[in-house]
Amino acid sequence: MSANSKITDKNLEVMMGNLLRYGVLLSGIIVLIGGIIYLIKYGNNSPNYTQFVGEPSSLTNVKSILIGVSGFHSRSIIQFGLLVLIATPVARIFLSIIGFILEKDYLYIFITLIVLSVVMFSLFSGSAG
Amino acid sequence: MSIIAFTLIVLFGAFIAGLLGSLTGLGGGVIIIPMLTLIFHIDLRYAIGASLISVIATSSGAAAAYVKEGISNIRIGMFLEIATTIGAVLGAIVAVYTSSHIIAIIFGLILLLSAALSFKKKDQMILTPAGASKMANFFKLNGSYPNEKGKEIPYGVTKVIGGLSMMMVAALISGLLGIGSGALKVVAMDNFMKLPFKVSTTTSNFMIGVTAAASAGIYLERGYIDPGLAMPVVLGVLAGAFVGSKILVNSGTKVLRIIFTSVIIFLAFQMIYNGLTGNI
Repeated sequence: MSANSKITDKNLEVMMGNLLRYGVLLSGIIVLIGGIIYLIKYGNNSPNYTQFVGEPSSLTNVKSILIGVSGFHSRSIIQFGLLVLIATPVARIFLSIIGFILEKDYLYIFITLIVLSVVMFSLFSGSAG
Repeated sequence: MSIIAFTLIVLFGAFIAGLLGSLTGLGGGVIIIPMLTLIFHIDLRYAIGASLISVIATSSGAAAAYVKEGISNIRIGMFLEIATTIGAVLGAIVAVYTSSHIIAIIFGLILLLSAALSFKKKDQMILTPAGASKMANFFKLNGSYPNEKGKEIPYGVTKVIGGLSMMMVAALISGLLGIGSGALKVVAMDNFMKLPFKVSTTTSNFMIGVTAAASAGIYLERGYIDPGLAMPVVLGVLAGAFVGSKILVNSGTKVLRIIFTSVIIFLAFQMIYNGLTGNI
């Protein structure tokens, strides 16, 4: 039993490592592609970050960002890459739940669900703050 | 200045920040935010948004290597993430209602604290699993880690509540300022919970990604995350951290660490001064 759980632990660690690595890599590639298009389109404009005005609503929630990506907007593509980056550690939490289910560790299934719900609250509650 | 020139300069600066952050273990965020606000006069809120995203990138990249080596304790990480995610969300919400001057001053103070902590002598007494507290046993926080010779060293954990509270404070600051605040997290795990230094450093890195993701959601909704700025910051920091991880760590890092810490102290006073005078 303990030998078995040791093996799943090791497999899970390798899977987590790969998930994190490829998540970051994928995100980096998407951001780079969006960035190149952005620079080609707007490279000669002037940057304006000295006054905070906040991003337009098309760049502040998952649904609008996806709509922007389908319209091939460069800033939406970059933002989508950033969403992939934010989702990477969240996907790692999902993977942990699977691991704890395989090990029948109910205490840690519960703990992981708490962590997941807090992160989900932050990502999907429009009324936060 | 055109957007192309701006992007290339920020990319270069972020690369240096990522490289130094990785070599010294202090993280890139502490240098990115002062660079963006003091040199480029970028509004602190945009700077925090971009920095927070880069924190997710570097910590996930680094954690990938550690998890595979089996040094991070996944259970400790998950257990403490209850405190860090709640703290991170609270920090981000507080940030929305706090003026930039005050955040700049707090930022400077935390920089000074991080610098001081990095000079603290690390003498470590590792507990045996027999010395672990009841709560540590209940939550299965004790574990083992491979030492230099590959031998598994078992360890016990104690003062769980103290560690958990300190982690929440560290995460609150992380969410408020857009940095990883790894230094404070390591204090919580070393000084309170008596985790071996090797385990606490890697476990902290492992948690930073989830913690930063928890505050990133709030920042995204609030319009702090600008794609045009985050793009060179994330790519630069990531490239710098990657190169940093490939450079062999040797005695030269001690000198580098002193230089980097001096820079951080200088930046800390700049942030406090500009916060007090209302320039940020």
